[in-house]
Amino acid sequence: MIGNIFAWLTDGTHWQGYDGIPRRLLEHLAYSVTALLIAALIAIPLGLYIGHTGRGRFLVVNAVGAARAIPSLGLLFLAFFWLGPRLSGDLALLAPVGLVLVVLAIPPILSGAYAGVEGVDPDARDAARGMGMRGPQVLRHVELPCALPLIMSGIRSGMLQVIATATIAAVLGLGGLGRFLIDGLAAQDFPQTASGAILVAVLALSVDLALALVQRSVVSRGLTGRFSTVATFDAVTGAEPPAPALQPSGSERPPHGTG
Amino acid sequence: MKRTKIAFAVTAVAALIGVAACGSGSSDPLATGGSASKASTGTIVVGSANFPESALLAEIYAGALSANGVTVQKKLNIGSRETYIPALKDGSIDLIPEYTGVLDQYFNKNAKATAADEVYAELKAAVPATMTVLDKSAAEDKDAVVVTKETAAKYKLKSIADLGPQAKNLTLGGPPEWKTSPTGVPGLKRVYNLDFKTFRPLDVGGPLSVQALKNGQVDAVNLFTTDPSIADNGFVILDDPKSLFAAQNVVPLITRSKVNPTISATLNAISAKLDTATLGQLVKEVVVDKKDAAAVAKEFLAKNGLA
Amino acid sequence: MTWLRDHFGEVLSLTVQHIYLAGVPLILGLLIALPLGWLARRYRGLYPVLIIGTGLLYTIPSLALFIMLPVLIGTRVLNPVNVLVAMTIYTVALLVRTVADGLGAVPDAVNQSASAMGYKRGRRFVSVELPLAVPVISAGLRVAAVSNVSIVSVAALIGVQQLGSLFTDGFSRAFVEPIIVGVVACVLLALIFDGVILGATYLATPWLRAGKASG
Repeated sequence: MIGNIFAWLTDGTHWQGYDGIPRRLLEHLAYSVTALLIAALIAIPLGLYIGHTGRGRFLVVNAVGAARAIPSLGLLFLAFFWLGPRLSGDLALLAPVGLVLVVLAIPPILSGAYAGVEGVDPDARDAARGMGMRGPQVLRHVELPCALPLIMSGIRSGMLQVIATATIAAVLGLGGLGRFLIDGLAAQDFPQTASGAILVAVLALSVDLALALVQRSVVSRGLTGRFSTVATFDAVTGAEPPAPALQPSGSERPPHGTG
Repeated sequence: MKRTKIAFAVTAVAALIGVAACGSGSSDPLATGGSASKASTGTIVVGSANFPESALLAEIYAGALSANGVTVQKKLNIGSRETYIPALKDGSIDLIPEYTGVLDQYFNKNAKATAADEVYAELKAAVPATMTVLDKSAAEDKDAVVVTKETAAKYKLKSIADLGPQAKNLTLGGPPEWKTSPTGVPGLKRVYNLDFKTFRPLDVGGPLSVQALKNGQVDAVNLFTTDPSIADNGFVILDDPKSLFAAQNVVPLITRSKVNPTISATLNAISAKLDTATLGQLVKEVVVDKKDAAAVAKEFLAKNGLA
Repeated sequence: MTWLRDHFGEVLSLTVQHIYLAGVPLILGLLIALPLGWLARRYRGLYPVLIIGTGLLYTIPSLALFIMLPVLIGTRVLNPVNVLVAMTIYTVALLVRTVADGLGAVPDAVNQSASAMGYKRGRRFVSVELPLAVPVISAGLRVAAVSNVSIVSVAALIGVQQLGSLFTDGFSRAFVEPIIVGVVACVLLALIFDGVILGATYLATPWLRAGKASG
């Protein structure tokens, strides 16, 4: 079985043509990145606003929770019947897919953004105000950079979900790596389905790695503590300094145990 | 004290799910299908492919069998032929409505027959030993290659053969399995020597295919001859002079060991009463009028004294 | 919404099936993730291995896993057990990290006090670490619950009957009502799961409430 999958992946004919692996990979990446960019454009400013002003938090948190619960397949079909007749050509198919992926990506990015801003050390905010910064300046110069780790982890989480779910584009007859899943299912061509799954996993991990590198370079080293070469070691308890908490699953921040 | 509370909470959630499992176990066929043993003898599991007409025929079979005292379980909308034939082989389903021509070509790589009776005879010989087909019906639903009125006028198309010279500039649409199935893209190549520019996998003669043809995303698409949207949209069915699609009479495909006089008689009676016009009308009620397949089936059976 | 009224029984039975396919993996997944998360904490070297391994599992598209499982575990093609196993794998993949992080969030001082009081490792895990980790684990469980309800609907593409079947049936007939009902039902179901887990967490962490009452 593994042999068959390997054979399918290394078969030269599967790497050329309009339904070859490179084309499908690019299509998949295009759907995913476009959706993520749109979602980020909506979610990051909104999250920053909520985190900074504290307004609308209750409404947004619950809306986000409900949005996470929307089944992608159902939303896809609804969007197809709603948007399809209003658009022409391939856009009639791309718009439903785009809508589903954007709705999927907004919750983790939004959570990351407002949790990030809320989690900024109050002393840092205080110091900024002490230095004479006004609200928006505090946001831009202090809160945003401090929130960056959680925003980035929200983006990474969103990207992972989008790449895994962009396979539904194939249900509407579009391209992307989902094509190998759907066509493999219809023809009961197991090596094709398995190869499609492997390619999606590889793509997701590669993109995550790339985003991790971006995170490394973008997040201030003052936050990650990567300057410190001196390890503080508590001889009594053997404890090491706690690492900054990152929430890659995009879940709400766990409450600290003591009230 | 704390432990009891945790235990209580976990038990409550588990109980909720347990009730769901029990509830589904008694009423839903799939929960019993999950256990390793096959359904008890006398029970028959009716499956269907993933398009409305197949589900409708399955409901008709199921309704009639139920009315004649057979215990029936339904597993509808399984998927393509390549998906449900293995399910038939491993006993997950016992009976499924089929079409003589495509089924013959599925089992028999050298299928040659095109007329209804010859196809049926060839099919009977080609079916694997563990299965059999009962009487065929006069009702036919054939695959068709369909184009818009404009396309037909533009390229002067009357039959599939006329696509010949133009095919390399045209896009063909069809269900995903058409890419490799013997009556799909390979079949069009083999019988009519057609090499399309691209093949777009869509759905099984459903709204996606209709919309793709209407929007010009494909130039020709696979639809079924009983599809009401062909008439509704003024589409043109291209003739099939070389009979790639052969005769496609509705026929029950059933596991041999499940056949008994009651089941045979019931299903054969249905096949006798079904004809193409009626089938088309029933499909229209399900797809256009949005009636339930089960309700439409019941009405048909009652009207024809089959249940 | 006359369609819903006429088909209420059918929708209900599909919902029950959906609860079964989404809920059982939550419990199984949690039971499997607990020891794995504990192992990841106990043996530092295992932590990255387990996290990367489970992260990898989560990137496998759900449809692919549903299709491949019959071949991998030898079940029959239409068996809903395929969906159960796949969903359990996803739940474990989500929860292992949460459990590990939850256990890690327990302050060392507390662990050491427990040991000093004579708690052996096992009893300490059950009586001290696990309860304190409940808030974090429950947050992860809620995410898993919502995610499970959505993913299970994809199984309609392989013919497994649950709320997702309303989507595929509606789509093939260009009939929007069943799809709307299905989407709303899924969202409601996810919110109910979320509420149940929240409630269970509330019951399981009386010390968080006590702190507020006396404060």
